[in-house]
Amino acid sequence: MSDSPAIVHGAHADAHHEHPPYQRHHFETMEQQVDATSFAMWLFLLTEIMFFGGLFTAYLIYRNWYYPAFVAGSHQLNIFWGSLNTLVLISSSFTMAMGVWCAEMRKQAGLVLCLVLTFVLGIGFLGIKTIEYKEKIEKHHVPGFHYSVQSFVNPATDKEATEAKDKPLPLDMARRTEVYFSLYFAMTGMHALHMIIGIGILGFMIFRARAGAYTTGHVTFVENFGLYWHFVDIIWIFLFPLLYLISRYS
Amino acid sequence: MSEQHAVEQQGHKEHHIVSPVVYVVIFFSLLVGTAATIGASYLDLGVWNPVIAIAIAVCKATLVVLFFMHVRYSSRLTMLTVGAGLFTFMALIGMTLSDYISRAWGRW
Repeated sequence: MSDSPAIVHGAHADAHHEHPPYQRHHFETMEQQVDATSFAMWLFLLTEIMFFGGLFTAYLIYRNWYYPAFVAGSHQLNIFWGSLNTLVLISSSFTMAMGVWCAEMRKQAGLVLCLVLTFVLGIGFLGIKTIEYKEKIEKHHVPGFHYSVQSFVNPATDKEATEAKDKPLPLDMARRTEVYFSLYFAMTGMHALHMIIGIGILGFMIFRARAGAYTTGHVTFVENFGLYWHFVDIIWIFLFPLLYLISRYS
Repeated sequence: MSEQHAVEQQGHKEHHIVSPVVYVVIFFSLLVGTAATIGASYLDLGVWNPVIAIAIAVCKATLVVLFFMHVRYSSRLTMLTVGAGLFTFMALIGMTLSDYISRAWGRW
């Protein structure tokens, strides 16, 4: 992933052959270097699949056990904000893909613009997520000591539950909504953490791109960051229907 | 499509550059997929609701992986890596679920 210039040692002059400054010494060819870094990035993404995979498996099992609680919990989420965030994230993936294209075509201004747009859309996603989290905190739907089952044992008192025409849950099932919200916060929280890390790296890349770092024919860093950003997008593509869209008819 | 091939470095095999047209098409396909997921969730399709939601999500993810993440144009090593990841993920989920389904077998 490194884009810093290689240092050419005099001692290796005999074995040395011509190469671009960004080709590391231990690689025979640029192609080998690009293949190796891309392979490494994909291996990292596989560990990420396994990491989120554990959460998805937990979701799958608990959803089957406590389905009525998952339905009632899901009805508390706002489809408008969820859909808007899906739109924001898909758009940010698109601007990121365009950023990779700009880097490949050596369009510096275009690359900076695309990275800034991706950055802004990423911030926008987190802003919308904050609005949603704030509502959960206000309604005591964050798992823990202050958790309230009010919306689920007495849906008539709750705006979202009334709109979804929820029927009162027995107390033991109503308590299981805490499992739903635990998974909701664990999964969207981990996703948001990945977004925050990505936004941090984007800030660094905007700074470097303005200095002309990625438009000299060496696009590995931008390309591999793009893989990470698209991966985070894919996680959301699954989270959105699984968390927001359980049994919306009725 | 000749302009889609990057300026070559010496010793560097051709690096495929995906055209912005492809990105735009995929972007709109993803938007249509999102609309379809939301629309389908409001229809009462019984057991098919989650199946359809997952199927649409898998299609969207496949588009992202193949085109935004360039796997369609990548080396066989990359394709094999992605395939191995999916296979391992499915094997782990499958084995976990088979345990949950069969744990109380015969004691119902």
